[in-house]
Formats: sequence, C-alpha cells, structure tokens
Amino acid sequence: MKPAATLAALSPRTRALAATVLIGMVLLVLPLAAGALGAAWVRTLAFAALYVMLALGLNIVVGFAGLLDLGYIAFYAVGAYTFALLASPQLTDNFPALARAFPDGLHLPIWAVIPLGASIAAGFGVLLGAPVLKLRGDYLAIVTLGFGEIIRIFLNNLNAPINLTNGPQGITLIDPVRIGTLSFNHPVAFLGLELSALQLYYYLFAALAVLSVLMCVRLQDSRLGRAWMAIREDEIAAKAMGINVRNVKLLAFALGASFGGVSGTMFAAFQGFVSPESFSLMESVIVLSMIVLGGLGHIPGVIFGAVLLSVFPEVLRHGVGPLQEQLFGRTLIDAEVLRMLLYGVALVLVMLYRPKGLWPAPQHGAPAAGSVDTGPGAVTSRSFP
Amino acid sequence: MSTAPLLHVDGITKRFGGVQALHAVQMRIGQGQIYGLIGPNGAGKTTFFNVITGLVQPDAGRFELDGRPYEPSSVHRVAAAGIARTFQNIRLFAHMTALENVMVGRHVRTRCGPLAAVLRTRAARREEAEIRRRAQELLEYVGIGRLGHLQARTLSYGDQRRLEIARALATEPKLLALDEPAAGMNATEKLALRELLERIREDGVTILLIEHDVKLVMGLCDRVTVLDEGRIIKEGEPGEVQRDPAVIEAYLGPAHAPAA
Repeated sequence: MKPAATLAALSPRTRALAATVLIGMVLLVLPLAAGALGAAWVRTLAFAALYVMLALGLNIVVGFAGLLDLGYIAFYAVGAYTFALLASPQLTDNFPALARAFPDGLHLPIWAVIPLGASIAAGFGVLLGAPVLKLRGDYLAIVTLGFGEIIRIFLNNLNAPINLTNGPQGITLIDPVRIGTLSFNHPVAFLGLELSALQLYYYLFAALAVLSVLMCVRLQDSRLGRAWMAIREDEIAAKAMGINVRNVKLLAFALGASFGGVSGTMFAAFQGFVSPESFSLMESVIVLSMIVLGGLGHIPGVIFGAVLLSVFPEVLRHGVGPLQEQLFGRTLIDAEVLRMLLYGVALVLVMLYRPKGLWPAPQHGAPAAGSVDTGPGAVTSRSFP
Repeated sequence: MSTAPLLHVDGITKRFGGVQALHAVQMRIGQGQIYGLIGPNGAGKTTFFNVITGLVQPDAGRFELDGRPYEPSSVHRVAAAGIARTFQNIRLFAHMTALENVMVGRHVRTRCGPLAAVLRTRAARREEAEIRRRAQELLEYVGIGRLGHLQARTLSYGDQRRLEIARALATEPKLLALDEPAAGMNATEKLALRELLERIREDGVTILLIEHDVKLVMGLCDRVTVLDEGRIIKEGEPGEVQRDPAVIEAYLGPAHAPAA
C-alpha cells in the first residue's frame, strides 16, 4: 500500500512525467533484453509496434467515430504496396520507360515514404468512406468487409494484362529502410552496443508508434475528436450542433487509414517482401479484436490489446509445442490452431464479463440510482401523453 | 418591444404519404419574443420544428431568418445560420460528460482542424481553452455548473433538459427552438425552467417554444400559434388565443367550447 499512497500524493503532472520516463526506458531497454532471448522476440516486439499503429488507426474509425470497419487491413496493404512498388525493381523491370528514367532503379527514402504512404492510404480511406456515409452498423460492416476483399483481390490479380503487383507471387527485393547513410540491413555499433537490424527496426517502429499515440491523444481531445464522439453517440443531435457529419466522417476514415498506410510501408520495408496473402480478412478481424479486447475508444486499452494479441501467439508458439512434447510426447494441437481457439474463447469471455474491454475508459460519475436512460424509448415514455 | 421578424416562414407544406402533416403554415417571430406553438397531439408541431431546422424536407415553403432567406436543406447549415434546437426525447451525447456536451455545441463557431489539433498550435490551444471556458459558463448559466464532470446520462431528468438547452445556446443561436422542454417536469422544475427561459430572452435570444403545458405557454409567451391537423387555427396574444372557441374545441372537444 505504501508505494501506491506516495504515488497518489504526487501531482498529476509529475505522475505523467514519471510514467513517460518509465515507459520510455522500458521501450528502450526491451529489445536489448529480448535480443538476449533470441532474435525472434525482437521481431515480435517490432510487429507489436506495427500492430499498435494499426490498432490506433482503426480505433479512430471504430472507437472514436463509431463506424464499424471490417476491411481496415486494406489500408495496411495500400501502404505496403506503395512502398513495395516505389522501392523495388518491380516497376523498373516491367516498364522500360521507367527504367530509362531511373537508371539506378526506384529507391524512395523514408522521409518521402512515410508521408506518401499516409496520404495514399488516406485517399483510399476517402474512397471507401464516400459511398458508405449513410450506412451504419451491420450494413457498414458488410461494405467495408467487401472493400477489404476487393483491394486484396486486385493486388492478387493485377499481374495481367500489365504486371503491376506481380500477383500472388508478391513483390520481392524491397529496399530496407535507409536513414541518411544508415541502412537497416546491417548491424550497427552504437555506444558500445551492437544493434541488430531487427533492433533498429524495432526502435523505428516504436518511435512511430509513440508518435501515433501522441497524435491520437491530441485528436481525441480536440474539437474534431469531440465531433467524432458526438456522431458516435447521436448523429442527429450532432448535426443539430452544426457538425458537418459527412466531412467529419470522411476525416475519420482518412486519418484512420493513414495510420494503416504508414504501418504498411514499414511492414514492407521490414519484410523485404509483400504478397496479397498478408492482407486477408483474418488480419482485419485480428486488428479489430485488439481494440475490442483492449477497450474500444480508450487509447491505453487499445495499445494494451494490440501488444497482448501480437505477443501472445509468439508465446504460444514457443510455449505450447514444447509443453505438449513434455506432457504427451508429441504435439497434439498446432500452436496456430490453438491461437484461433484461444482468441475465440478470450473474445467470448471479454464480451461476457468485460463488455467494454480489458482496460476501458474510466467512467465519469457512477450512474445514479434510477437515473434516466437517454435512449429515445426511455424518455418518450416519460413525456406527457 | 421590437417586432422586426427574426424568423419569417410562409407556405410550409409537408405530406407524409396520405397524411397532410402541414398545410400552408406561416409564422412570423419577432426579435426578442418568446413564441409559443401549441396544439393537440399529432397537430404537426414537431413536424413544423423538424422542417424549419432542416431535419425534414418540406414539399413547399419560404424561409427567412433575420432578414436573409435560408434553405433548410441540411441540419448543420441551419445550425450555422443560427437556429439551435432541443429534442422532445432528450438527445444528449449520453456517454460524454455534461461539459463535453456543451463543448460540442461550440463546434460550429470554432475553426480548429486536424492538423492544428495534432500540432497543438498556439491558436488551437487558445481556442480549446476558450471553448472550455464558455462551456463551463453556459453550464453555470443554466444552473448545473457543478455537474460538468458527470456523464450526461447520469444527470437527473430536469438537469438533462437544462443541459440540452446549454448545449443549444453554445451554438450562439439567434433563435432557440425548444421542443416540449417542460415535458415530464414537476411544478418546481417548471418554475425554474420558466425563469431560465425569461433570462435567455432578456439576454437577446429569441425563443420558439412547443409546449403542451398551456399554463406555462400562456404565462411566458408573447405570441402563440395554435396548430391543429396541420393547419393554423389561431394566431395571436395568449389571452385572445385562450378565449378562442376554435382553440378550446380543438383541445377539449366540441362539448366544452362555451365553458372555458
């Protein structure tokens, strides 16, 4: 109890500062510790950071604005293919004119890639948003699901008549991230530490994720953030407050998509290879599960959900196989199968016992006994006959 | 009192399938008036409200606010033009705090976009502080200044009504349109509401009031229009409206017409 009491005695500002320093140190030290355990863990951490970005972006659309999007991974795909096309031999191999224009090949630097990935994905966000403005709930979910599949199927089939995406084979030989002269495909010595390529990627992704968190927090507490929440709560009342619902929804789609786009460009650089099968419906569902499990609309919850669901399969992979070997002498259930089973169980349990997620937003003011529900039905019954 | 019309609408007609909800309804609301719109259930009061605030598209009609024609084609444009409304079935942003509800009302009078919000520019911070200050001021104005941190859905019924008025006032309306604000209130709450509405008028906001409570309307309004089956059956000062046989008949049935 003692440390908690002293913690509470600190001013909110000091506490926030302490938390920031603490989180920053953990983020810095984590890959070094994970590196000692094995490269696979650093890779997992890097992916966790990418998923945090994805989850935060989807949270803008689903959590803030209340628009259920089941095709979110399409923006991740758009970002990934943007980078894949602009930083690999794919285009110069297939279009001689381009090869003549860029004799050294297309190699976009990172400072160009990130804004480009963000804006192209945002464009696709508007493209999806514009026709679905009037849809809500289930209907919106179906259309967005279709959109996600359409993007994937396009990527899968755009190898003929002209070979743009190389179809199901995907695009290979994508450049690694380069910052100045520092290329992320070799280990670097830094302050006496040997940082592996994976660790460099981790630091880059973690920095981008932190930036995303900052952007989301600021958006949430802004005039625009309030407008999103107002639309989520009651669209007609939001309109009556002078909110241009169409523009504000499109902004949610565009901004949400841009996070996915940046995350996608980083994914492409990290893997060096993209193919349509990375962007299946299952991926959209997993990102949605992250934010629902963590706490829809609550940024710390969303981050928690993303980290949990991206690290958890790795833990399973490393833990379940050996455990079964020891118990039964052989692997009965594959870790991948078990993962889906446990996802399902976890989601059902969360919906039953913590419907607002594992780490929901704090409730301001407990509901008073006998308080009036503001649902239309509840109130009409109280107006005069 | 000045009687230059703030709102002037004419020839409003609206048909829902076979039901003629509004039939050539006209209204002139003077600057600074409290204007009452009464009528039995199903008379078309709320439809009229929805038409002038852009929620329902009329079949015909001319609309003028403060001397300028306006097109009630979308709700947010009407709000920007200067008509704010409340709803018969309270429509607050239930899971946002009372203060945030009023802050949303400032949306239409503020500018800050996503880029300024993300960069948290000096202008954005100043605007945000101003929004917050004004919202708190309005909460105090309607008498719920200490409840700002509570979720709107947890407020008592009367306080929810007040919050809805504060939120509407936050849009800096020229005309405040209230759809049955006293519905479900007890006598004390009604008295407080009446004081609040009188204060709002003194502060220069014109009010259009739909209300079932005839006593409240008669005591508060400068002029009254009575609507029945989509037509205006009487328009005038509260006293003369109250004595009008057609009005009494519409409300109480023909048997009561002589003995009001």
